[in-house]
Amino acid sequence: MAQVEAELHPQAEAAPKPQGYWSGVIRRLAGDKVAMACLIVIALLILSAVFAPWLGLADPYRGSMIARLKPIGTEGHILGTDEQGRDMLARLIYGGRLTLFIGLMPVVFAFFIGSALGIAAGYVGGMTNTIIMRVVDVFFAFPSVLLAIAISGALGAGITNSLVSLTIVFIPPVTRVAEAVTSGVRSLDYIDAARASGAGALTVIRVHVIGNVLSPIFVYATSLTSVCMILAAGLSFLGIGVRPPEPEWGLMLNTLRAAIYVDPWLAALPGVMIFATSLCLNLLSDGLRSAMNVRD
Amino acid sequence: MSATDMPTRTKAPLLSVRELKKHFPIRGGILGRQQAVVQAVDGVSFEVAAGETLGIVGESGCGKSTTAKLLIGLTQMDDGDIVLDGQRLGPDLSLKALRRDIQMVFQDSYASLNPRMTIADSVAFGARVQGLDDPQGRAHRLMARVGLDPDRFGGRYPHELSGGQRQRVNIARALAMSPKVVVLDEAVSALDKSVEAQVLNLLADLREEFGLTYIFISHDLNVVRYISDRILVMYLGEVVEVAPVDNIWETPAHPYTRSLFSAMPSMDPDNRTTKPPLSGDPPNPIDPPSGCRFHTRCPMASEVCKRKHPVLGRMAQGSPHWVACHLHDPASGHPKAVEEAPA
Repeated sequence: MAQVEAELHPQAEAAPKPQGYWSGVIRRLAGDKVAMACLIVIALLILSAVFAPWLGLADPYRGSMIARLKPIGTEGHILGTDEQGRDMLARLIYGGRLTLFIGLMPVVFAFFIGSALGIAAGYVGGMTNTIIMRVVDVFFAFPSVLLAIAISGALGAGITNSLVSLTIVFIPPVTRVAEAVTSGVRSLDYIDAARASGAGALTVIRVHVIGNVLSPIFVYATSLTSVCMILAAGLSFLGIGVRPPEPEWGLMLNTLRAAIYVDPWLAALPGVMIFATSLCLNLLSDGLRSAMNVRD
Repeated sequence: MSATDMPTRTKAPLLSVRELKKHFPIRGGILGRQQAVVQAVDGVSFEVAAGETLGIVGESGCGKSTTAKLLIGLTQMDDGDIVLDGQRLGPDLSLKALRRDIQMVFQDSYASLNPRMTIADSVAFGARVQGLDDPQGRAHRLMARVGLDPDRFGGRYPHELSGGQRQRVNIARALAMSPKVVVLDEAVSALDKSVEAQVLNLLADLREEFGLTYIFISHDLNVVRYISDRILVMYLGEVVEVAPVDNIWETPAHPYTRSLFSAMPSMDPDNRTTKPPLSGDPPNPIDPPSGCRFHTRCPMASEVCKRKHPVLGRMAQGSPHWVACHLHDPASGHPKAVEEAPA
């Protein structure tokens, strides 16, 4: 009997099991070699930063006047020492803690705040939209670097102030993308159908809007992380971010720049870290974008 | 037309709509000042009896879909009354309650389903929102009723279904709240002919089974004729003619209705229209013509049509056939009025 059924309805048997959206995204992302390599590099950076105290590294704060600016490959200091004789490897790994934190957290904050603002503006429309989006437009009048420097400069140096200023810098672009995506979804019939079933605005947003707008906003936000990394390092380089003697890649680049004629390779190391990290974040974001593109 | 003298049937109406009005402002300039007004729906009144199907026809842009959206409050009306089962929207009936009793099926079967939601969840959503018991069970029963095996299709996503299947899902979704009235806004227009026929038959069956009342909006006159009991013709945001389907088919009274019907392709090659149908586009609803809005394209237009706005009135004493045209009003002053009007 079952056999007859199967013959009568071959389609029924062959019908693919409904698959979750995210399992498909992960499967496609796993097939992308470049994105996977970048993911591994970033995972290594984050893991080494998190577990730095347990890696058996030298003290990143303890200098030595006699062991200053040792070249790369010196015994005991594989990546040499900086201008105060502190171990470069330890400082680079410990530096990753601050740099990655200041480089990623503003995007995370901006993602939540910007999405909330953009979804509200896009869904409600009318006057609410005009007010939110015009305020956002004001921020676009300034280049992001200038804005970050201006806000940081006004607030003063320090980690918290860097986080605040970078978050402010990244809220407007996220809001704009969120608003655009939400307005598009808002005009679709399934939102009207949901409203016609008597659901309130918050229910419609929670059930029908967020799931359909979050992934493009998320992909856009990941593309901002590399810019944010560079801006965070830039603020420290200019002396309005992290203060010495904290290890931070941007700040290290600044303090080592005097040594560029003595040992250019050594002086370039923090820059290499910034470059590699932001490149990997960018490529990973690209991979994510294509993995999330379901249709065709 | 006074509120008491409406195009009505002998039975008490289930849904009655009075002087529905929606003007969309067009804003422009730096300060967003109102520049003009699109009179999308301007004083539309009609009544629908329980179990009846009212077909609404008209050119694109005549306000059919806006009327539909006004009925379930998706677009906020500027003026007018909606009375459902004797309860007036606003004082007696909340919008949420109205939306349980009036449901809508949209034209675009794909856009009207959330792409990230399974079919069963989409069907159950409304019942869940309205706090009806066992939404999932309802969804399964209704999916089975519209011809989709809930075990096979329930867990699928909209893009895995064909257009006809998706429209069945949309119908099931509309029925999940046990509505009294279902507004079908071009619900079968996007389907191919064979699927369209199946869905139409399904709709006719569901109407019997659940005692539904339909408001069926379409540009396809044959489809409207098949499913409707009465037909309402709209032109530029106004009702120009309402009549039972046989009356309007045999003796269309308004010149616009006549040209609309004569534009229909005939199945009989000997019976093809040789006269050209209406020429030109409908006038701009931002600045509609004075008097009768149809006078700019009407072959029978006379001087009075430019000045005086015709009101919807019965063709004859006690007739269920209503028309808004000076030709059928002997007192209008139209030179051809008397000879045109039937006794």
